[in-house]
Amino acid sequence: MNYSIETNDLTKKFGSYTAVDHINVSVKQGEIFGFLGANGAGKTTAIRMLCGLLTPTSGSGHVAGFDIMKETSKIRSRIGYMSQKFSLYPDLAVRENLRLYGSLYGLDKNDLERRITEMSVQLGLVDLLPRITGSLPWGWQQRLSLACANLHKPQILFLDEPTGSVDPLSRRNFWELIQSLSEEGTTIFVTTHHMDEAEYCHRISIMINGKIAAIDSPQALKDQNRCDTLLDAFLAIVEGGGR
Amino acid sequence: MVYDIEITDLYKNYSGEHALAGVSLSIPKGCLFGLVGADGAGKSTLLRICTTLVAADKGSARVCGLDTVKDFLKIRSQIGYMPQKFSLYQDLSVRENMQFFADLFGVKPKERDARMARLLEFSRLAPFQDRRARNLSGGMKQKLALSCTLIHTPAVLFLDEPTTGVDPVSRKEFWAILKELKNQGITIVISTPYMDEAHLCDELLFLHKGKVMMLGKPDELLAQYPYPLFKISSSSSTLTVPKSVALPNGIALIYPEGGNIHVAMSNKNLRENEILSLIKPILPKAESIEKIGPKIEDLFIYLLSEKKES
Repeated sequence: MNYSIETNDLTKKFGSYTAVDHINVSVKQGEIFGFLGANGAGKTTAIRMLCGLLTPTSGSGHVAGFDIMKETSKIRSRIGYMSQKFSLYPDLAVRENLRLYGSLYGLDKNDLERRITEMSVQLGLVDLLPRITGSLPWGWQQRLSLACANLHKPQILFLDEPTGSVDPLSRRNFWELIQSLSEEGTTIFVTTHHMDEAEYCHRISIMINGKIAAIDSPQALKDQNRCDTLLDAFLAIVEGGGR
Repeated sequence: MVYDIEITDLYKNYSGEHALAGVSLSIPKGCLFGLVGADGAGKSTLLRICTTLVAADKGSARVCGLDTVKDFLKIRSQIGYMPQKFSLYQDLSVRENMQFFADLFGVKPKERDARMARLLEFSRLAPFQDRRARNLSGGMKQKLALSCTLIHTPAVLFLDEPTTGVDPVSRKEFWAILKELKNQGITIVISTPYMDEAHLCDELLFLHKGKVMMLGKPDELLAQYPYPLFKISSSSSTLTVPKSVALPNGIALIYPEGGNIHVAMSNKNLRENEILSLIKPILPKAESIEKIGPKIEDLFIYLLSEKKES
């Protein structure tokens, strides 16, 4: 089986502190994988290693078929990354941010304009194209950030808490888009603190203190912990895990 | 009844956009008041006017009986404000941040030390007091920010989405802290994107495009939900709503919720097995149906869907 993302005892230490502790994850192409955990559990560190932004201390990993230690530039052209703190330029217009990111990801002029149109329509940004990014409410900036990460049609989208504080209706719209991307074959690797959103994932993992404490489908985790909601299952696993 | 916050016909424009378009409300002392609304609805603007950071274009606001324009300095010493973005000093430790804010508010040294000790224990940050703020987890940062707003024992707290980006366990702890503060008599005005948190409030305001959509106690607002609501589920899979499919007659709303589908029926005369038959063509994996009471999230979706159509 060719996995979109695969790790083997992946570990990251900062001095004596182990942020990520021998994690093993395998994600199939087109899967929506929820990477959950309490704050400070090591999720962002793990994602940075998978994106080739941080060198692991030990263990191994492959993303889009490439080695995360030795082939990071090949990985970066095949993935999109939306970070917790967006890296949008607040004084550029929405259209300008899209053009910038599209160009950075190597799209040529024609492809770029076409993709900007497609993404604007899909994410409801058409009327906002001339607006200055910094003047938009938070939720719209997040949509723009997603659009920028997806312009070059990456194989894998890494979404680090993509919906933050956005309202329930807008969050559903986001997740409809994520589901349609998954159906088109894009692998989605997402972290979120909204447990109702985690229900949309095919499988989720829960990190506690750098280790993966549980990894299964949302339904299986609810059944195993005899809970109706993923929120309750999460609390049971994390609080039961001696936090 | 003593009102800690009184807002009358508030208007605020930003470059021609109405952030607030005629908001009026009163919040009694000791109330835990929730603000919900879509992004850009006006929640942060309302909080900024109450905390005297921004002046309204029209209308008035009084906090602790004082006018937010004429008496802004007096108000600032009586309130605490936690903005949406973490705004403490990343390179100062937990302890240093708290000392800084205590000094800013003129808290006397003896009193300051006693309060800090209490707050560090209250927020369970005592073991981390020497850790720099930048090295704290999201949940811990929010607890620190909250502690810094409490150092001068304010009568009213304004919190702008304090649990965004915070994991479920830390969120639970944060709300336990808020409940304790409420029991101490502090009035709390909190905006939140989490509908389960909205239900924990004494009173709720639903804002939409700067206007009041609904205002009242959560259970009273829920009683106004107009449709019978059903949960459709499958034992084997997460259900998804098919896109671009015409909805059968009689269905007002259909949307995903926690792995299941919620269906609001405009036709109130159908029985459960009839509804399931109606839905099966568009949701072939649907297996079971159960009538449920609406939660705040269902109410929110109904209100926003109404607005889209009108």
